[in-house]
Amino acid sequence: MSLERVIAKTAAETTLAAQFAALRSAAPSVQREAAFRRFEQSGLPTRRVESWHYTDLRAALVSAAPIAAAPAAAAIEAARGMLASLARIGASRVALVDGHYVAALSDAPPSGVAIFPVTPDTPPLGDADPVLALNVALAQGGCALTFEAGADAPLVEIVHIFTPGAEAVYSRLAITLGAAAQAKVVERFVGAGAQAQRNVSTWIDVAKDAKASHVVSIEDEAGVHVESQVVSLAEGAALDAFGLIAGGALARRQIFATLAGERARIGLGGLSLVDGRRHADTTLEVIHAAPNGESREFYRHIVADEGVGVYQGKVIVRQYAQKTDGGMKSQAILLSPNASMNNKPELEILADDVVCGHGATVGALDPEQIFYLQARGLPRREAEAMVLEAFGAEAIARVADPKIDEVLSGAMRAWLARRAGMEST
Amino acid sequence: MLQVKNLSVEIKGKPILEGLNLTVQTGQVAAIMGPNGSGKSTLSYVIAGKPDYAVTSGEILLDGENLLELEPDARATRGVFLAFQYPIEIPGVATMTFLKAALNAQRRARGEADLTTPDFMRAVRGAAQSLKIDPEMLKRPLNVGFSGGEKKRMEVLQMALLTPKLAVLDETDSGLDIDALRIVAEGVNALRDPKRSFLIITHYQRLLEYIKPDVVHVMAKGSIVKSGGPELALELERNGYRDYASEAA
Repeated sequence: MSLERVIAKTAAETTLAAQFAALRSAAPSVQREAAFRRFEQSGLPTRRVESWHYTDLRAALVSAAPIAAAPAAAAIEAARGMLASLARIGASRVALVDGHYVAALSDAPPSGVAIFPVTPDTPPLGDADPVLALNVALAQGGCALTFEAGADAPLVEIVHIFTPGAEAVYSRLAITLGAAAQAKVVERFVGAGAQAQRNVSTWIDVAKDAKASHVVSIEDEAGVHVESQVVSLAEGAALDAFGLIAGGALARRQIFATLAGERARIGLGGLSLVDGRRHADTTLEVIHAAPNGESREFYRHIVADEGVGVYQGKVIVRQYAQKTDGGMKSQAILLSPNASMNNKPELEILADDVVCGHGATVGALDPEQIFYLQARGLPRREAEAMVLEAFGAEAIARVADPKIDEVLSGAMRAWLARRAGMEST
Repeated sequence: MLQVKNLSVEIKGKPILEGLNLTVQTGQVAAIMGPNGSGKSTLSYVIAGKPDYAVTSGEILLDGENLLELEPDARATRGVFLAFQYPIEIPGVATMTFLKAALNAQRRARGEADLTTPDFMRAVRGAAQSLKIDPEMLKRPLNVGFSGGEKKRMEVLQMALLTPKLAVLDETDSGLDIDALRIVAEGVNALRDPKRSFLIITHYQRLLEYIKPDVVHVMAKGSIVKSGGPELALELERNGYRDYASEAA
């Protein structure tokens, strides 16, 4: 008798296999082959997979949409228009249209930075997760950003544009910092609608004493947005990262970070704004693999209507990672009795000389605060928006750059205004 | 003019106010004194419109309009101001931002244009100066980390900016040292106006040495049991509340 359960392939999985077969015959790649085999071993994740317990992708992805082709002239023109209407954050802008790097829409990289398209054979930093493996197997485009050793580069803004005709996009981004380099990268996701299926990955490889800042802003409304970040930090390296989820029917951000060198430091933060029947999942796995590392996680979630928020933060301290200093906080406000939040911090500590703490809270708006503000003349909706904006702003405040702050705060205010407007009708 | 008529209020089925009647004339400064548990704070909250209180009978009229039918913000717009006994901390909201939002929300509700930033700044600076509020404090999150005295001064600052018709001060003297008390009282006295009514709720006579009331009401067991002139406060100071407490027992 075999204990192995054979799960029938879903329609989506069957389509994915056919899509992979077509890619394989067009452009064979050892790496893709291996990644797809890894994906096939588990298939689309279900609730049975612990790290996907609160997000049943297998059930949510009823069918796999056709993969978007490299953008033709019409798509590039559409993207040009969308870029023009989007206020710039940094001096240097890079455009990925339907997952493909488009040099014609991108600025020349700043000095000390090289940009080139990734190929299926660009080696990944990791692909243990099935959805990440699928990304590696199916990605056709993307770009690599390399910061020279010692470079102190200005902000690079990467705009992921989904054009109107596109359905499924798989793309990769590889950010590499040489020793003692300093890099700031913002990724913005725009243009996707309900039909959009997006599976993107970002590798961030930070060499000795280099410092990276990375911000993601999901501003559009993809049907499925799955994003994987794989981070590796060498000795004395640091990453400060932030993610805003302001839209999308199903959004999942998963971050796999390894503090590989001594004295590495990571600061992760985010804000999720979830209304309607949206689902927003942030799942972290931070591994302290060397001594004297420091990790901080600070996440906030506002969940309204029938929205579902998920936070899973796992910090693993390996046996030899002594003197690790870890601190995690995840706080949620629920705005309706039908909203839900799954808030799960997890510590797995194998070293004996560490300082690690975590806190997770889920609560409602404080009626005393709302009454106080109303008693001063603010209508209820405005009073709520003021308290919520302050709650979100404390998360955004972790992003030190005022220009980025402005974009994130603007997206938050738009969300709050939309929510207030929807409820009053 | 404030008229409270036959007001009965319960919290979770427990009666707190029972058939309370009270009139505060326009321009009058009225004090309410009473032992702990007599329902003084409940009265102030019910006037301001705090949820969780069930009004089982009566009405509260401000210039003839029944406040009980209005949301707290609508009451504020009509000119009701409650200086809280325990001002609420609002993390992440700069005091200045809050002041401007409150002022403009009230102006908008009355059909007036928003204040320009220079006009707003002038008004706030002037009021802050007379209350000895450090302008740096206005940049900090509202009431967060403020001392008891700072919080109370901030309440009076808000009162000065919002120019209410009816100011209700709930135990504004509690937790204040003598210097802070004097500053707060001076701030309140500066706002005395023939068009403004004050309802000053206090447990001790001390505050009334600085803010001279026109009338003093004694509250016990959820209603007004005695009314008189300022001399009534002195009598209470001498004899305590034992006469009224026994009534309540």
